[in-house]
Order: sequence, then structure tokens, then C-alpha cells
Amino acid sequence: METETRFDFTANIEGALKDTQLRRNLRNAMDILVDKRRAVFPDPAELDQLRAAGNAIKRRALKRLPQLLAQLEANCTKNGISVHWAEDTDQANGIVLDILKRHDAREVVKGKSMVSEEMHLNRFLAGHGIEALETDLGEFIIQLNGETPSHIIVPAIHKNKDEVAAIFHDKIPDTPYTENVEALTAIARRGLRRRFARARVGLSGVNFAIAETGTLLLVENEGNGRMCTTAPDVHVAVMGLEKVIQRLSDVPPLLRLLTGSATGQAITTYVNMIPSPRKKGEKDGPKEVHLVILDNGRSRILADPQLRQTLLCIRCGTCLNHCPVYVRIGGHAYGHVYPGPIGKILTPQMEGLERTGALVTASSLCGACGEVCPVKIPIPDLIRRLRNESYDQEKAAVVPGGGYKKNLAETMVWKGWELANRLPVLNEMGTRMAGAMGRHLPKVGPLKQWTSVRTTPRVARSSLHERVRNEGVSHE
Amino acid sequence: MNSASVVHPARERIFKRLYASGTEQTEVPSASLPQEPCLDRDEKIERLTALMTIVRTEIHIVEADAWPKKLEELARERGWKRLLYGPKSPIGPEIESAWSVDANGLPERVPYIQSVETFKKDLFETVDVSVTSTRGGVADTGAVVLWPTPEEPRLMSLVPPVHVAVLDADAIYDSMTAMMTAENWAAGMPTNALLISGPSKTADIEFTLVFGVHGPKELIVIIRK
Repeated sequence: METETRFDFTANIEGALKDTQLRRNLRNAMDILVDKRRAVFPDPAELDQLRAAGNAIKRRALKRLPQLLAQLEANCTKNGISVHWAEDTDQANGIVLDILKRHDAREVVKGKSMVSEEMHLNRFLAGHGIEALETDLGEFIIQLNGETPSHIIVPAIHKNKDEVAAIFHDKIPDTPYTENVEALTAIARRGLRRRFARARVGLSGVNFAIAETGTLLLVENEGNGRMCTTAPDVHVAVMGLEKVIQRLSDVPPLLRLLTGSATGQAITTYVNMIPSPRKKGEKDGPKEVHLVILDNGRSRILADPQLRQTLLCIRCGTCLNHCPVYVRIGGHAYGHVYPGPIGKILTPQMEGLERTGALVTASSLCGACGEVCPVKIPIPDLIRRLRNESYDQEKAAVVPGGGYKKNLAETMVWKGWELANRLPVLNEMGTRMAGAMGRHLPKVGPLKQWTSVRTTPRVARSSLHERVRNEGVSHE
Repeated sequence: MNSASVVHPARERIFKRLYASGTEQTEVPSASLPQEPCLDRDEKIERLTALMTIVRTEIHIVEADAWPKKLEELARERGWKRLLYGPKSPIGPEIESAWSVDANGLPERVPYIQSVETFKKDLFETVDVSVTSTRGGVADTGAVVLWPTPEEPRLMSLVPPVHVAVLDADAIYDSMTAMMTAENWAAGMPTNALLISGPSKTADIEFTLVFGVHGPKELIVIIRK
């Protein structure tokens, strides 16, 4: 997840907040998604029960992760799917490139995949003269405009139809300007059908990989995912290693949680289960299916009992939709592949606190993300954990770059605070001084920053202790 | 390529980290699933019809032996020109007997009998409707279930602009769980299994719902009572 320029979160946020069009687009979109989710889960008690079940299923999968991955590999192999392992995104990109080269492919049609974004696969392939064509309508729009997804489920959420109309008109040859959404969709359909029919290799992500049967499961509404996984000769699927689940019977509750939380649907248009490539006698389907399983820091995250919960995530995006920060700044401001609350906890663990630790500051700890998470990831607790690790407050900091914010001044202030609260004499002296000078503190440094967006607290002239001593207590 | 039999350094290192992670200590709370629905035959038809209609599936409920007549009716009404079907599928013979080859105003029947490599152009460019059987249906979310076969390949339910799916009322299950359990899917999956709830759709532009993106623009389900 290299970012080309230095990641300046504050500047990004300021830019996003000033973009009134973006804020209008986001507000509308997030309200719709929140309402749709509420409508599809009308019974709070049943939803709680379902979330608890989702949490238990994913925890059970994490508990036996290495065994399940080995079982998945064995069953996929038995079914005729080739399994590849990548420790990092460079290796994963290399594996995909090798497959493409072996088939002389100059292009690859892609279904939506966040792991491929994590790999920066499109850019990598372009560097090797291979075009990766996004086919999900939202991804297609932003790819035309040279952008990356701003939401993990609805990638072009930040665009309104006028903006899409302009992009199509400018970037697709011989396309008249139209703001009619049906007409815009028809333009994409026409253009992409030719490519589906022609492509020799298709690439997709994976929503769930079922160890018991060696099955890859994908959900979608548009049919582009099925096109990418069915029409070309070769299908390459990429997934993070936490996507494996134990058995087929785990699928229905997880599916309901995923589609309900993501888009407020009881089920998507298509649930596509791929247990194997084309068998002898079959007339279509890919002749080869490859599964690339990516680690990229996940096995390290697994090693900490609390942080491990990050890997329960099923990538539904509902924590984004319910986050007061995401709704105001949008996905691009986060500067990394995974935005919103889940991105805040995942990105620093993958890339280190030193470079991306600022992300965990973008939270009011309102708790909404934890309350809506379909698999009950305690996101606010993990945000606080990462904040603590930033200052090295944890006894055994495990996240790379931990303690990057630790500094002498702050450590001294906290030591002083501790002392003042332990020794009555110091406490007395401190409150006296605050009473005398608290109103005349020079607004510099952190105090200036703090008061720039907040009212300065007014310090009373005498402390409560003093007043009780002098005036007594009038209402006992 | 077979990673199980060859030692891969990346695989080795990943598994070493996974086994050393202590993940087996993960606590798994006990949890039960919400109760499954339990519907009778008519309720299942009703639920499936209601849910699939919301996502713009067209549903026709007919007596079992009357469905080829229904297909003929639809074909005449919609003016389909080339209809794709699997001659060796369970419903192939009935499709063939639904109208005579030289019938006026009815579509030409196009059999899916060659491999896609020699058939792709036809499939993508000339066929305007395909008719497939289904393995069953799921009432609680509203979906038909397809297990494509050599007789009815995968692309039949994806590429043509209109997909007609023939569903037996008796094959509608309460839920996906009920169906997977009753049919013991875990013991043997096909090469591809699909749940389809409606025509392909998108809401990627300002949440305006548009039907017919990359898959079929219309899904017609004929339920045989």
C-alpha cells in the first residue's frame, strides 16, 4: 500500500471538508445505506443473535486458521484449482503476472476486489504492458477518471450522476453527454460485453473460501463478477488468508450478515460458488482456476489476541456508512486502500504506526462502528489500543512503529500529573498556581492547537478545597 | 504447480507464522442461529414470489404440464428471435415440442451443444433468450438455485438478455440452509453453483437502481405446480 506522496492526513481532511459537492454526495449516499440496512434487519433481537453467530463462526475459523487453510488448499487442489501462496503484495503480483504471461494475455477483466487494490495490481500490470480493466460499474467509472475506490462496497460513492456523465463523455470515445443513469449504464454494458467475450483471463476477489468443500464464493449484483469468473479461459482469484471459513453451513448466516450490512439486501442478485474449473464434457467455464492466498501482515496480526479480531472482518463496509468521520471526509482522505473505521485499525497494523498512525486519531470514539459490525469487531477498543501503542503505553507493544509518538515533554507532563495526584503538597501547590495563572497561559504549542477549535476552559481563582475551607458546605 | 506436494518457501514461512501465532487460544463463544422459517408449500411459493418480484423478477405460476404452452405464449408476446436451450436437459424435449420448427412468429431454437470456444460469438451477439431448468428455490431470501451441467452450461443464465428459469414448486426449500442440508451439498458440489434472485442490477450511480447491467436484463421464472 505504498502511497506515492507523503501521507498528510490533516491536509486531506481539510481538503475534503471544504469540498461541498463531495459532502453532499456522501451525506445522501450514507443516509440511504443506513436506512436500507435498518429495513433489512427489522428485529434488533434477531440481528443481535445473528451478529453473535457471525462472530462465533469467524472466531472458530481464526482459531483453526492454519488447519483450515491447509484443508482449503487440499480440497481446492483435489477440485482442480491451483493454490498459490504470497507473503506480501510483491509476491502476489508476481504470481498473477506469471499466470498472465503464460497465457500471453495483454489484458485482464476484473471483478471488484479489495485485495487487488491492496496489491496495487492495476498499476503493477500496467508497468508490464498489461491492461487491467475494472468491470464493476462503480470501479469502471473511477478507473476511467484515474481514481481509486473511496468506499469498499460502493467505490464511486463520491460521484454524482452529473460527474459520471462528464467522465463518460470525456473518456469514452463517441459518447454523447447524458445524465440519464439508465443510458449511462447501457453505455458501460455495451463497451464491456465485447471485452468479456474477448478476454482470456479474468480476475476476481473472494468473499468466502470454504475449507470443507474447497469452494470459492462470490456475491454481486451486476453479473460482471460471473462474467470475469466464467467467460475467460482462465480465472484468477485473489484473497487475504482470513477469508477461509470452516464449512458450507457457515455460509447462509454470514451471507445474510454480509449482504444485509453492505447494501441492505436480503440476498444479492448472484451468489456464485466456484468449486472447480471446467470438467471434461462441460462446454464453458474457465479451463484453469488459480487461487492466490495473500498474507501481507495478516499472520502477524493474528499473533495478538486482541488485535486478532481485526481479521474477523468480512468487508461489508457498514462501519464506513455509520462513521461520523467517514461521512464528512469520504474515503480518499484516508489516503490508503481501506478507509473508515476498519481501515483505521487495519492499515496501521499492516503498514506500521509511524507512517499511518495518524489514522487512529480520526475517531470521536462514538462507538457506532462497533455497534453495527456484523461480526462484532470491537473497533473502538482496537482504536484505543493502537493509540496507546503509538505512545508506547502498552507493556508489550506489538504493532510495528509503536511508540512513534512518545516524546520527552509529554512523558514529563504525565509523570508530573502522576506525582501531583500522589503528593497532597504538590497538588495544593498546583491548584494554587492554576488559580493564579490559569487564565493567562500563553496559547502556544499544544494549547494553541487545542483551543483553535474549542472554547478555552476558564480556571476558577480558587480551588474547590480552598472554598470548602473558607466558606464551608452550604447544602450538605 | 501443485503446492501441496512441492515445498514453497513462501507457504512454509506463512504456515510457520500461523502455527506460532497462538491462534488456537482464540475464544469461541457459543451462539445459536435465529430460528429457520418453516413454511408449507403454498407459503413457500408465495414468499419466493413476493421477494423475487420486488427485485423485478417476472413470475408465472402454472400447472406442471402447462409450462411449454406458457413459454410459447411468452415467446409470441415478446417476439424473441433466437432461443437458447439444452436439448439433453430435463426440459429440453418439452421445449422442442412446444412449437414446430416452421411455426410463424416463434423463435428459432438454438441448442447449446458445442464448446464455448466455437460458440462465443453466437452466444454473445445473436441469442436473445435462454431457457434453463433449476435445481430448486429458496423461499426466505427469494432465489432460484442452478447447478449448471454439461447439458445446461454456466453461461446460459448469464449472457443472453433474457433468462427463463423453470422451477418446480416442490423443489422450493424454506431457506438456503434447509436446501444445503436436505441435499447434502457438503458431500459433493458441482463445478459451479448459483443462487439467482433477479435480473442483473446496479445502484452504483447515486443509488439509482438500474436493471440489466452485465447479466440478463430480464429474469422470468415459471413455477410448475
